[in-house]
Amino acid sequence: MMEYTSLSLVIWLPVVFGVSLLILGKHVAAGTIRVLALVGAMLGLFVALPLWVNFDNLQPGFQFAEYHPWIDAFSINYHLGIDGISLLLILLNCVTTLIVVIAGWEVIRDRVPQYFASFLILSGIMNGVFCALDVALFYVFFEATLIPMFIIVGVWGGPNRVYAAVKFFLYTLAGSLLTLVAIIYLYQVSGGSFSLAQFYETPIRYDAQVLIFLAFFAAFAVKIPMWPVHTWLPDAHVEAPTGGSVVLAAVMLKLGGYGFIRLALPIVPDAARELAPWIIALSLIAVVYIGFVALVQKDMKKLIAYSSISHMGFVTLGIFIFNVQGMQGAIIQMISHGFISGALFLCVGILYDRLHSRQIADYGGVVNRMPIFASFFLLFAMANSGLPGTSGFVGEFLVIMGAAEVNIWFAVAAATTLILGASYTLWMYKRVVFGEVGNDKVAKLSDVNARETLLLIGLAAAVLWMGVYPKPFTDVLTQAVITSLDWASQTKI
Amino acid sequence: MVSFYSQFQLILPEIFLLTAVSAILVIDLFLPAAKRMATYWLTQGALLVTAVLVFLVTSTSAGSVVVFDGLVVIDELSGLLKILICILLSVGISYSRDYLAHRDIFKGEYFSLALFAALGMLVMVSANHLLTLYLGLELLSLSLYALVAFNRDSKDSSEAAIKYFVLGAIASGMLLYGMSMIYGSTGQLNIEQIVNAISAGNADMDLLRFGLVFVVVGVGFKLGAVPFHMWVPDVYQGAPTSVTLIIGSAPKLAAFAFVVRLLFETLGAATLQLDWSPMLAILAAASLILGNLVAIAQTNLKRMLAYSTISHMGFLVLGFMTGTQQGVSAALFYVVTYALMVVAGFGLMLLLSKRGFESDRLEDFRGLSRTHPWFAFLFLLIMFSMAGIPPMVGFWAKLFILQSIIEQGFVGLALLAVVFSLIGAFYYLRVIKLMYFDEPSASTVAEQRTGSLVMSVNGLLLLALGLAPSWLYSLCEEVIKSSVRLF
Repeated sequence: MMEYTSLSLVIWLPVVFGVSLLILGKHVAAGTIRVLALVGAMLGLFVALPLWVNFDNLQPGFQFAEYHPWIDAFSINYHLGIDGISLLLILLNCVTTLIVVIAGWEVIRDRVPQYFASFLILSGIMNGVFCALDVALFYVFFEATLIPMFIIVGVWGGPNRVYAAVKFFLYTLAGSLLTLVAIIYLYQVSGGSFSLAQFYETPIRYDAQVLIFLAFFAAFAVKIPMWPVHTWLPDAHVEAPTGGSVVLAAVMLKLGGYGFIRLALPIVPDAARELAPWIIALSLIAVVYIGFVALVQKDMKKLIAYSSISHMGFVTLGIFIFNVQGMQGAIIQMISHGFISGALFLCVGILYDRLHSRQIADYGGVVNRMPIFASFFLLFAMANSGLPGTSGFVGEFLVIMGAAEVNIWFAVAAATTLILGASYTLWMYKRVVFGEVGNDKVAKLSDVNARETLLLIGLAAAVLWMGVYPKPFTDVLTQAVITSLDWASQTKI
Repeated sequence: MVSFYSQFQLILPEIFLLTAVSAILVIDLFLPAAKRMATYWLTQGALLVTAVLVFLVTSTSAGSVVVFDGLVVIDELSGLLKILICILLSVGISYSRDYLAHRDIFKGEYFSLALFAALGMLVMVSANHLLTLYLGLELLSLSLYALVAFNRDSKDSSEAAIKYFVLGAIASGMLLYGMSMIYGSTGQLNIEQIVNAISAGNADMDLLRFGLVFVVVGVGFKLGAVPFHMWVPDVYQGAPTSVTLIIGSAPKLAAFAFVVRLLFETLGAATLQLDWSPMLAILAAASLILGNLVAIAQTNLKRMLAYSTISHMGFLVLGFMTGTQQGVSAALFYVVTYALMVVAGFGLMLLLSKRGFESDRLEDFRGLSRTHPWFAFLFLLIMFSMAGIPPMVGFWAKLFILQSIIEQGFVGLALLAVVFSLIGAFYYLRVIKLMYFDEPSASTVAEQRTGSLVMSVNGLLLLALGLAPSWLYSLCEEVIKSSVRLF
């Protein structure tokens, strides 16, 4: 069998670029640093594209596998491989990194090398999470993501950044430490291995399964985040710099959903099925209740953060109804939410850079001064409310269909999001963009520049592509979803 | 059987070190203050030559060799620990150079006492006899008492030294009392013969268990495990930082050997292990809880690191508690990496201090990333490593310990350890917050120092070992397998 190294490249190339930025930092002008960061992000995307081209949609199991022993004493291996789910998330991550680098181009003036380095390193580490087939390796990458994000929020964040950064770190660490204990327990019962494939096949007693599931739940529910452990997210989003918010919403939350699909369902399927009603209930609460919470927000970033939580409710709902539409919808929703929420945070960032306020009340009539911006913003707002023809619709539609198969009332409750989502997004849009020019500051606004337009065009293209022709995405996913559901439907007791 | 003369060959490192320290003591007397640097270089030379000698002796002797009628054992464990002790001391002294000079305590005593402490540690890790063990321990302790008090004009140092001496003496008394009971029960002081007596059923088990309790108390004192931790915060804070650095690093390795020799090699029989294992579990749990909780309330970095030491010792004791080979290997890995972190942490404080400025308050680290970006980055690595966040080596140290205790079925203890690591993460994060998220206050500016290169290697090693922990763990495992006679 041919030995691939493309996955290692996807992980380590951004990290190497990030580290070199840190080293060069003092000696090179900020302009050069920006160009280098851009080159790093573009190369990162460039090495990820062949994965998509060469990916075999029909082959079950993991592709592009790499395997090297790492810590022999505990048979921990550097074992990488991807299926369709990982592939899409990796692509999303690489695209987001590129966007973030461009978005931070002239906005970030303080500690430029460290800023770009943090994002590049974070991007590499998150690719590592999506590639890891060894659970110890997965855990290392999963935890390591905390360090750059902690720094990003804490250094370049808003006034209350310290509180937000520490809360983010401790909340997510609390969840993942419990997972660590579960992983070590699995190592013991699986006969001394951390291999994912081994974990999938290890029989586990039902009561142990429940505990392990709860441990996984602690990590991934906090990460994604689910109601009621979501409270760190609005804080982190509000305080993070624009780039931080984009990466957080677009990619980092997906680590949670990915963890559920990759670890929780296949390793402890019986417990997952047994506890699914609870998860579904929590997801529906997130969809409906958090939707209402989003409605009353006065801060745009907070509103989008709550909207993220509500959309992530769809993801967990889709995963835990255990059918193909549901899971496929959940994954499409994750990808689409990556583009849409990233775009929305970017839009808020564009406004914030000009007016230094995120309060809805400080705006009004932006369309009069920024017509181009307003049209893009409208597209993303519509996508966020799940308008057909945008990517937001596909995922939600699939999940609602899947839910209807299980229980029509799940579908009904989930479908309220189409009303709620439209209400909070469009109402915010109306208050910010439409109407007479709100105040003198708004009157002085200038429309988006070329750099910003480029970003918005790219994201708009992605949102529309996924909305109009999602087949390339679903094709990549189908086999992986079927395999995952096969694992999830076995019984291990 | 080793011939009479080749016995001396095996303890050549100790003989050399003793000769060297005596020579340095005398040479220093005749050196004018301006040429004191010679003492520094001689000390470094003595430590490095000793390390090389240890390496030569250990690599040429096969397996465990017991010499001098069972007083001393030369095995791979003692070899590894001795080399690490010498290196850690040498690194620590290199960090201390400017600190001492700026406080007018760049004196010969510091170096000769440090070398005597090293000698004590070397004797301890090679002990095969309760008296040798005690002799080494006392040589180490007495040198450390004097080192703590060595800044004569400082009231804090004197107070710390008195406290350390009184509590240390009580601990030694306890230990000696316990040893006397072991002797009373088995009639032996040689570790192998004690084991033989126990396994032959010639020991009075009740008396032995009674002695065991006192031995555990002594061990608890020396490690600084709760509830025998009272001396740790005061001594760490009161002693000059260059001395805290010595106390916090190399002696932990010696203490590791001390526990292994006493609890595993001497009193490791299955029935006794059933007795000491729960005792250690209680010590460990209490240390984890108290160390992590109290550390949060500290404003002094040295004191915070003292409480963090207590919690780390809790983790270490968890490894011992399992009584398995895997547990001890994990504990060895833990103590080695921990010593590296501590020496780096205190070393950084030394490098950042200047005349009249100790840089030992948390406040002093405010905005360090602006004034000293590289040092701040190294300190970030150290803090994340201590908190056990991957990819730093501290994560693996904790993982291996957790693995060994979960293997023995102590899932509850593992959860406790994990929960309190989370609480611990909070105060490490606070240091990072001060360095990275806050703006500098005027007082943090210090001049660049000698020892920065060693510091960089030391700090980056924590990351490098985190990325490639395999060889070190394999080494630890192999050393434990070949050296420790487990039951």
